[in-house]
Amino acid sequence: MLYRSNAGGTHYVFDDLRQLLARASPDRAGDRLAGLAAESGEERVAARMALADLPLARFLDEAVVPYEMDEVTRLVLDTHDKRAFAPIAAMTAGDFRDFLLSDEATGESLARLAPGITPEMAAAVSKLMRNQDLIAVAKKISVVTRFRTTIGLPGRLCVRIQPNHPADDLAGIGAAILDGLMYGCGDACVGINPASDSTKRTLLLLERIEELRLRFEIPMQSCVLAHVTTLLEVMNRRGPVDLVFQSIAGSEAANGAFGVTLALLDEAHQGIKALGRAPAGANLMYFETGQGAALSAQAHHGVDQQTMEARAYAVARRYAPLLVNTVVGFIGPEYLYDGKEIIRAGLEDHFCGKLMGLPMGADVCYTNHAEADQDDMDTLLTLLCVAGCNYIMGVPGADDIMLGYQSTSYHDALYVRRVLGLLPAPEFEAWLKAFGIMDVESRIRPSLSGGAARLLASVL
Amino acid sequence: MMRPPGDFWDYLRRVTPARIALGRVGDGLPTHRLLEFDLAHARARDAVWANLDSAALLAELAAWRPVLVRSAAPDRATFLQRPDLGRRLARDSLQALSPGPYDAAIVIADGLSAGAIQAQAASLCKMLLAAPNFVFAPPAVALQARVALGDDIAARQGAALAVVLIGERPGLSACDSMGAYITFDPKPGVTRDANRNCVSNIRGQGLSLDEASRRILAIMGLARTIRQSGTCLKEDDALDLLPPGTP
Repeated sequence: MLYRSNAGGTHYVFDDLRQLLARASPDRAGDRLAGLAAESGEERVAARMALADLPLARFLDEAVVPYEMDEVTRLVLDTHDKRAFAPIAAMTAGDFRDFLLSDEATGESLARLAPGITPEMAAAVSKLMRNQDLIAVAKKISVVTRFRTTIGLPGRLCVRIQPNHPADDLAGIGAAILDGLMYGCGDACVGINPASDSTKRTLLLLERIEELRLRFEIPMQSCVLAHVTTLLEVMNRRGPVDLVFQSIAGSEAANGAFGVTLALLDEAHQGIKALGRAPAGANLMYFETGQGAALSAQAHHGVDQQTMEARAYAVARRYAPLLVNTVVGFIGPEYLYDGKEIIRAGLEDHFCGKLMGLPMGADVCYTNHAEADQDDMDTLLTLLCVAGCNYIMGVPGADDIMLGYQSTSYHDALYVRRVLGLLPAPEFEAWLKAFGIMDVESRIRPSLSGGAARLLASVL
Repeated sequence: MMRPPGDFWDYLRRVTPARIALGRVGDGLPTHRLLEFDLAHARARDAVWANLDSAALLAELAAWRPVLVRSAAPDRATFLQRPDLGRRLARDSLQALSPGPYDAAIVIADGLSAGAIQAQAASLCKMLLAAPNFVFAPPAVALQARVALGDDIAARQGAALAVVLIGERPGLSACDSMGAYITFDPKPGVTRDANRNCVSNIRGQGLSLDEASRRILAIMGLARTIRQSGTCLKEDDALDLLPPGTP
């Protein structure tokens, strides 16, 4: 179907929904690389005008990736909740933006709406929104998940300790975990990216963290971010797996490049539930995503990278995950070139995820070949936490020595909790206080006697 | 008896190169830690944007009649955003390459760290060229080049093996690291990364030039025998096949 727009006398025609969405998308390197970006500023706004007039229901009739060839499209359309969708069924994308910003759109009403919102609807409305709109609407939505900590409560910010080591060295990883605990981090999870995808090493790492957790009664979850097949193997050996992790993307072919299918994720989800380590009703999955993943696998089907990213959230949503985060600047400048593009993408991803009902966190990050630096990360970190981001990464000194990129640091977590008055997860806050890491004024000021000292002495 | 708290952090700092135990000023990073980070980042950024002094490299390799080629990416900013252009030869570079009875082509590519290449590539290239069991094409120095540019170069030189020495993406701890990618039967636009073997972290504090040369030649040897490279070729198998006493 053709979509038309008149922008001040110039007539634009867009071949299909994919092209309309791509041309309406804020300018970024990945869409330029794919040859999908608008060719002028005027064309971009013309596309947004056409998009604003597009009925949301249209997204249920015209799939951007064909239903027959893609299980993500089938998942989106086959599980679409028509009853939840009903209140917005007659709206255009433009009406939807106005509604989201209105007083009628409360946290409760948006939570009820979430199962009726497809990724393409979320992506479309985000393309009509300024950064402040993305923040203002996301801020209304709380998506709360639970395991040993409660994540996503208003006024709280959780942090994943990311204690990576280039050789998966146990002492090195342990040192980075202890350092992180002393900065009040770890309430999202302790999540290790392993240098090698080995079942034996994954099991060993999980067992060591489990010992630490039990010995000091730390309310936290652990995760080794190995491939899902590796974690299945560890579960078969009855290893202490808290969370199943997997990187996911927005098409069947892109997930294929990650070596996963929905059937495999289903199997892992059943497996982790059967392990029975968590309290009833706990959330057990952890997913990472990032704009550009589908394009880099040549599996984007001519769809812009932000829409493809939102489609990955439909995959995540199927498993009621504890944690989902975009790794927003990790993929490199051919997808997000500079600080401006990374900041915009981070806000879009957080917004779209929350709108679809996901417990969104963010890896606020960049590589050394992107036009970005810590100042840009400070800006995005602050904006995301104003928007109510569930969790961020805590990497020692912001420098991931295994993956070779820069994220947010333990210090950054202290900064943003302080300036925005945010606290850790309640269970974790109580533990930090009991161990003398957090003082009576809720500042992280570890005392040199008591629990904190015992914890440190445990490594010697 | 409790040890003084300083000991904990001394111990912890020794077991990981991660930036742990940095201390705090209030909730923030102490000034000297902030500047340490900034220095590492500045070096990495400078490395990404540095230009290769190709004339110096060509002079150093003059005895092997090296050729200079460019990718289709005209400048650094384009190179960073358009990996597809960095994998294709510029039109005016095509005539620099002519086919011959060669076993292997060596490509010296700036990649993401010209400094790593400037410092080490010519030496490693000469070590490889000295191997008696391969006939090498004239080495190509390639500007604004990605790994896959080597596929096109090797194909045009008629070599069954491509060896690309390329500047790796600078990290905060190392911005002068070189990688070597070995590809058997490279086909421009068809060969995938899974079809390549990689020897990485070649730098002063990492893998030495001698060891890198040994590994690259071992992989080349096995790749020629099994007529494949990539995930099906394990580096350990290649090293096991080296005759005893090979340095």
